[in-house]
Amino acid sequence: MTRWAMIADLRRCVGCQTCTAACKHANSTPPDVQWRRVLDMEVGEYPAVQRAFVPVGCMHCADPPCMHVCPSTATRQRADGIVTIDYDLCIGCAYCAVACPYQARYKTDHPSFAYGEAMPSEQQGADPRRIGVATKCTFCADRIDAGLAQGMVPGVDPDATPACVNSCIAKALHFGDADNPESNISQLLAENQHFRMHEELGTEPGFYYLWDKRR
Amino acid sequence: MSYGPKPWMQTHWDLRAAMNFILGGTGTGLLLAAVLAAPPAWRWVLAAGMALIAAGLGAVWLETGRKLRAINVLFNARTSWMTREAYVAVVVFALGLAALALGRAPLAQAAALAALGFVYCQGRILFAAKGIPAWRTKGVVALIVATALAEGGGLFVAAAAWALGEPPTLWLVVFALALIARAAAWSRYRSRLGAGAARLTLEPSGRILVYAGTATPLALLAIGLLLPALAPGADFLAGLAALAAGWRLKFVLVRRAAYNQGFSLPQLPVRGGH
Repeated sequence: MTRWAMIADLRRCVGCQTCTAACKHANSTPPDVQWRRVLDMEVGEYPAVQRAFVPVGCMHCADPPCMHVCPSTATRQRADGIVTIDYDLCIGCAYCAVACPYQARYKTDHPSFAYGEAMPSEQQGADPRRIGVATKCTFCADRIDAGLAQGMVPGVDPDATPACVNSCIAKALHFGDADNPESNISQLLAENQHFRMHEELGTEPGFYYLWDKRR
Repeated sequence: MSYGPKPWMQTHWDLRAAMNFILGGTGTGLLLAAVLAAPPAWRWVLAAGMALIAAGLGAVWLETGRKLRAINVLFNARTSWMTREAYVAVVVFALGLAALALGRAPLAQAAALAALGFVYCQGRILFAAKGIPAWRTKGVVALIVATALAEGGGLFVAAAAWALGEPPTLWLVVFALALIARAAAWSRYRSRLGAGAARLTLEPSGRILVYAGTATPLALLAIGLLLPALAPGADFLAGLAALAAGWRLKFVLVRRAAYNQGFSLPQLPVRGGH
């Protein structure tokens, strides 16, 4: 089996938001919608303050609460673990949005553009099916599928890899098959200490954070 | 953009969603009260209860982004409590309308039973929302069901006091029990609610529920029983106080205390080590 998963190396992320911009470019998301965003966290009190940049988005959970609550079956899970939304089925009730512990889902009720009127690039990327329904990160499933069809390896070949991972200037983001022990991300997970966000909720996210070498 | 680890208020469900829980609960309470009402009053109570449930569902329908696809809400009975709520609502209306059309009280009783299932689904809808700690807290289902009974009972007693002057003692006893059950459900829920913004936000409404929505109505009911001349006014006020306190708590629960999970890091990055 294949289980696509993503890794963010918190030691490497510099908070440049290039992944956010790349995602917006690749997926033509409207203003205020960031399927891939980077949190700038300050933890502690002076003088013991630490800062961490934390990429977040849909965690493509193995047990996704958004899918269980969805009344229309618009939210589904592929065999490879990617959680999808069928825009033609979604009724826009936003139940999935309140069920998601990662604040990864958005609903845009009206078309909106960065400068009021749609720029040519926004016109090109606008998808009316996304209005009034839930949207979120897709792990760039279209790129993965197209790449696999051409014999490429997602996470290794850029054309088969999510846009955010491709764009990362610090090599903080990685993508690959968590079920394959030989994959790039399996090796990273084996070599480093890691955690998943809100693991106590039992959602089994497909998004791992590296924080230190394995000692 | 920085959100930090601190939770913030969910913005996806607004007053329209809250109205579904408020009106749906009160409507359910009225349907259950209709079982107690003598003929022909039960028909009015039943109709009013169904009207409230319908208004609540209508309000939440207005919040959906794709209103013409509303039928799709029925597609996931396997796991979604929202789908189950919709199916049970169909049963409630089918039985209730049949009871009204045929004048058969047993059908109204069956509708009341189904309405209990409806409000249970509403509680489970909140409980399944893992992104909102105040909703996924154990005890929220019992709280939603108990508030429905007390709010419907409050409206029923207030209306009966207005129409009849002095409601039968049995109705008042059932109402008093519903008030006590609601206060107990709140206390249980509160004890399980972790410390944080949601608890701070809910506490004032909880106090209002206990003092103005439970103790005061119980005292008014006692006054009405001891001093029959004051009963109509006392019972009317008792019903309204219970109703208003319950509505406030539900509104705050859905709209004001609905802080999301936020983000948290169990470990901070150890830099320079790779």
